[in-house]
Amino acid sequence: MIRPHRSHPLWLAFILHRISGLALALFLPVHFWVLSLMLTDRERLDGFLLLTENAVVKLAELGLVFLLAVHIFGGLRLLAMEFLPWTSRQKTAAAAAIGVSILISGTFLLQAI
Amino acid sequence: MLRKLIDSVGPQFEAFKSQDEGLGVTETDKNIDVSVWRGGPDGGSFQRFEVPKQDNQTILDVVAWIQQNDDPTLSYRFACRVGMCGSCAMMVNGNPRWTCRTHVNKVLKNDRLEIAPLRNLPVIKDLAADMDPFFDKWREAGGVFHPTKSRNDPVEEISPLEEERQNANAGIECINCGVCYAACDVVAGNPDYLGPAALNRAWTLLNDTRDCGSQSILAAVSRGGGCHNCHSMGNCAHLCPNELSPMTSIAGLKRVTALSFLRPGN
Repeated sequence: MIRPHRSHPLWLAFILHRISGLALALFLPVHFWVLSLMLTDRERLDGFLLLTENAVVKLAELGLVFLLAVHIFGGLRLLAMEFLPWTSRQKTAAAAAIGVSILISGTFLLQAI
Repeated sequence: MLRKLIDSVGPQFEAFKSQDEGLGVTETDKNIDVSVWRGGPDGGSFQRFEVPKQDNQTILDVVAWIQQNDDPTLSYRFACRVGMCGSCAMMVNGNPRWTCRTHVNKVLKNDRLEIAPLRNLPVIKDLAADMDPFFDKWREAGGVFHPTKSRNDPVEEISPLEEERQNANAGIECINCGVCYAACDVVAGNPDYLGPAALNRAWTLLNDTRDCGSQSILAAVSRGGGCHNCHSMGNCAHLCPNELSPMTSIAGLKRVTALSFLRPGN
C-alpha cells in the first residue's frame, strides 16, 4: 500500500524510474552474456534466439521495451527539469513520458506478433 | 426612546444570532475516533480519544479539545492559529499538515483521525517535534542573510519585474512549518540531507540581489547532503500548505551549481 504522502503523480513517476532502472541493471548483464555467445557458442545462441518465438518471451520483451522506453523518457524529463528553464507542467511531462513509452512498447508488440 | 430602539433592533439581533449559530461552530451528535501519538524521545504509542464532531472544526481544534476536556497532559505546539507562524504542523492520517488550517471534514476517514508528531524529526513529547535539526539545516544551507549594505546606506531600489526577484518571490512565503521536511523521503533515508525548506531558502537568498553570499551558498548546497541529493519526488510541492514548490527551487540550485562547476569563474 502506498503511504498517503506518496500518492501523487510525480512520486509514482519517481518510483517507476527507479524500478525500471533496477530491472534494466539486472537485465543488462544477462543481455551481454547472451550476446557474447555469438563469439563463444553459436549453437547455444541460436537456441536462445528460438526462445523469442515463444509467446511468454514476447510478452517479457514487451515489458523490457516498456521499461527501457520509460527509463529513457523519464530520464530526459528529469534532465529537462534540472537543466532547462522551469515549467510548471511537470505532471504533464511525466504523463507524456509514460504515454510515449506505452506507444513505443505497444508498437513493438504489434510488430512482434 | 431607548425601549423603542431595543424593540426595533431586537428582532434583527435574534435573526443575526440564529444565522451565526447556523454558520458557526455547532456540535453534531457524532463523535470522532481520534488516535493521538503519546510518548517521548524513547518511543510511545497511540492513545484513543472520543471527540465531539462539529460542523466547522480544524485538526488543531480537535487536539485542543482533547487537551482542555480529556487529558491536560497532552503536549502540542501552536501559536497563531491562522496559518502564519508555522508552529502547529503534525502528521494527520499519514500526511504532514498545518493543523490550524486543516478542516476535519477534508481529512476525516470513516470518522477516524490519526494524529502524530511530524515525521523525520525527533520527538520532545506527544505531538511536539524537536525542530532543532530543521533550523540547523536551514543555517547549514547558507540561509542566513549576507548583507551588502549598512543601516547608513540608502534603501536599495529593487524592481519586482526582475527575473531574479521573481524567482525569490516565488519561494519567499515559506513559514518554516516543516511539512515539506516531514514529507520528504530523501530526508527519511539520508539524515544529512538539508531538506526542501532549507534549500528553498538558499534559492531565495541566491536570487536576492541584496545578498552577497552567493559563493558560500553554492558551496553549502552542493556538498554532500545538498541539492543534488534531491530525487525530484515532489512530495514537498505536493503538500506545502502555502502552495510553494521547493522542488522548483532545488531544480534551480541544481542548474546553477552545475553551471558554476562547468564555468568556475561565474
